[in-house]
Amino acid sequence: MEQTKYLIAGCSHAALSALNSIRMLDQDGSLTLVTKDDHLPYSPTVLPYIVSGQSKPEKVKLRDDEFFAQNKVNFISGAGLSTLDVDNNSVTLQNGQEWQYEKLLLATGAAPAIPPIPGLTDTPYHVLRTMDDAVNLHAALESAKSAVVLGGGLIGMHAAENLIKVGVQVTIVEMRPQVLPGYFDAEAAKIIEQTFIENGVAMRIGNTVVGAAPDGEGAKVSLDSGDEITADLLLVCTGVAPVISYLEDGPVETDQGILVNDCMATNIANIWAAGDVAQAVNFYSGEKSVGGILPAAVEQGRIAGMSMINDPAINPYPGGVPLNTYGFFGNQAISVGVSDENALPKDTEVLLNVNEEEMTYQKILIGEGCLLGISGINTDFDPGIMWQLVLQRVDLEPVKEEFLSNPTDTGRDLMSRTWR
Amino acid sequence: MGHSHNTIAFHQDKCDGCGECMTVCAGAKSGTADTLHSRLKIVPSIAANDSFELALCRQCGDPKCVLNCPSGSLTKNHKTGVVPWDAEKCVDCLLCTVGCAYGGITYNAAAGHVMKCDMCDGDPACVKSCPTGALEYNRSAEIYNNYGELEDLFVPGLAACQGCNSELLIRHTMRKIGSNAVVATPPGCIAGMGTVGFNGKTGSKIPVFHPLLTNTASMLAGAKRYYNRIGRDVTMVALAGDGGTVDAGFQSLSGAAERGEQMLYICVDNEGYMNTGMQRSGSTSFGSWTSTTPVGETLHGKTQDAKNMPVIMMMHNCEYVATASLAFMDDYYEKLDKALAAAKRGMAYLHVYSPCPTGWRIPSESTNEVCRKAVETNFVTLWEFAPDEGLRFTHSTDDPLPVEEYLNLSGKYRHLDDAQLTHIENSVERKVAFLNGFMLATSDDGAESLAQ
Repeated sequence: MEQTKYLIAGCSHAALSALNSIRMLDQDGSLTLVTKDDHLPYSPTVLPYIVSGQSKPEKVKLRDDEFFAQNKVNFISGAGLSTLDVDNNSVTLQNGQEWQYEKLLLATGAAPAIPPIPGLTDTPYHVLRTMDDAVNLHAALESAKSAVVLGGGLIGMHAAENLIKVGVQVTIVEMRPQVLPGYFDAEAAKIIEQTFIENGVAMRIGNTVVGAAPDGEGAKVSLDSGDEITADLLLVCTGVAPVISYLEDGPVETDQGILVNDCMATNIANIWAAGDVAQAVNFYSGEKSVGGILPAAVEQGRIAGMSMINDPAINPYPGGVPLNTYGFFGNQAISVGVSDENALPKDTEVLLNVNEEEMTYQKILIGEGCLLGISGINTDFDPGIMWQLVLQRVDLEPVKEEFLSNPTDTGRDLMSRTWR
Repeated sequence: MGHSHNTIAFHQDKCDGCGECMTVCAGAKSGTADTLHSRLKIVPSIAANDSFELALCRQCGDPKCVLNCPSGSLTKNHKTGVVPWDAEKCVDCLLCTVGCAYGGITYNAAAGHVMKCDMCDGDPACVKSCPTGALEYNRSAEIYNNYGELEDLFVPGLAACQGCNSELLIRHTMRKIGSNAVVATPPGCIAGMGTVGFNGKTGSKIPVFHPLLTNTASMLAGAKRYYNRIGRDVTMVALAGDGGTVDAGFQSLSGAAERGEQMLYICVDNEGYMNTGMQRSGSTSFGSWTSTTPVGETLHGKTQDAKNMPVIMMMHNCEYVATASLAFMDDYYEKLDKALAAAKRGMAYLHVYSPCPTGWRIPSESTNEVCRKAVETNFVTLWEFAPDEGLRFTHSTDDPLPVEEYLNLSGKYRHLDDAQLTHIENSVERKVAFLNGFMLATSDDGAESLAQ
């Protein structure tokens, strides 16, 4: 059995962020990074750009062999976790290797959640979560003239835009009444949907897919409205679910994902979890939920790494905050925190500024003098600063007028003072 | 060994919000005067009128924008310290802007992508354009990188007190000067901490000797003349305290300076005989507690002002005279360069103000802060003098902080009453006014301002 001080399962943002934290204080402790993927580390977020051809697989690697050599990282690709034996502090990899660890980080991410649509399993469809998915989908575009995208979330919308840009006729089907729920309210979503329609994307919002079947080389989907859509390509982007199959029947506590405390530690000694696989506390509700957003993965990975190395500078995880930067057809939509006041107490202050002609939208939500959320389309604010204002519950009362009229400069002023 | 990086510092108290930096940045980086394209943003402060704040990339050591980047277009260059952005790899997802709490990487809607400061390859345009000195390109890191690589010419484990400024000084100084030197360390802390050796072993890797308190400059003068006679160019260095310079060593130093003996004489001024039990010296400042100027019912510290030794040396036909403080390391190194060149022609005198944590009763971690505050309050002035160039301030004496901000840091001033404080304030002002007069009378800059 091989031995390693630190074993990190997964190699995307949470894993690399933890690696970074560990190497800050321990440059020499043996560190092994294992991933089921056959590629150097990359981000799932970048995949839509691989699909469109705007970027190339070899261009988007987040780390390379030179980095691993310099940082004394034993990088094992093509071998995810197969089983975990917490009593022996050991794991088995898919390639049969056994590894014993002193500290283990589970950053195994998430995989597409495939909805139980009748006929779907017999129908050829694509998903978009791994580099291989992206390369396959990119190759499929050569012959495809039309596509149906199931799901109007981030990946689905990104993919749809990138498909139409290379000349594929696209239909998006979203079961919920708006696209991008959780990040934007219905009004902002409407602006985004409208832009997609203007750019030639067919939007079927509020429609449920009730069946799928093969159609020649392509696929045919039936909607609850009775309509049928046929397309050369079917892309299923209906969300993701944490990859935790290797924990089945084991003692590591899971719910939707792996349950962690505010240092990203699981209920089992020497085991941490971070990123899309982890179910950590939400900043607003205090409940634990799975997140699946990149900046949260980075933050959780950082904290997990610090906890694994006993870094005295560690601060507990403040809780997940919805964060999203979304570019579409040359427009920029950004949201930090809550975007829908309906989920908030009645006395929440709402400042809304919409200009349909200019296609700008901005909403600021303030409760008890603190920023609860800010979202905007084609408006100007620094999301990183806003995130800190939310997390630190900075009192905006003394500067509220200025903040509402100019969140960018006011935010910069506040942070410059705070961080000087 | 870790690598240090130069930084752009923002002195908020000096910023008048003119915005020139933003115009120049936009011009340098985007070829337009539109400040929308500026990588740094000056914003008005809501908290205080006529006050401004800055949003600028801090080139973090552990940058979150880099960890947030899904396309590998942001990296940290550990050599230059800069976080460069690669437009080629960027997919315009803006997740980097979520990671930055400083507004240092921002979306430029006009250009359609993010932008951030790249420090202009080590020559930032904004700093050069700033008319008030609010932006400063701090090169201290370069010094640590360059000289950190050189051999330390003293042994590890010198027995200096914790937080000793003198140890920092001599290690930097001799790394810079190198081994082709003879060092004299008369009685005082520098000899006492073990540089001359103990138990039959030397404490340095270069010839070092221990003259009397009275004859440092004469002994170096003799050694130098001998080396000159046998045709060897060796640098003579005195690392002397204020007692060995201002008091007991004064006669031999004065004579050597007057004769133009070739040496670099460094006075490490900790304002007293700290090594032997903290007695007062001619360099002890007014009001200071020492063991011979105690604080009690009748006496409240020293009742005389300190001798202004660097000014006295200015009147001694020296080739070069300068004052220094290690809180301003880049300034010190520049002066050391000039002093070494001058020491080939004659006497070069450096007067380094060197707070003593033990004798002044300051926490050992505050030494550098005390150094800095001394200069920022004008209690210590940084200047240099050369016979043909006159006197020049190397740190502005305009708009000093209240001198109390310096005095409050040291236990030796804790007992000061209002009258003593007023005395010190007046003498600080008088000393600055005197030097200003001298500057006006001797330097080209001064002559110009006199003509106006």
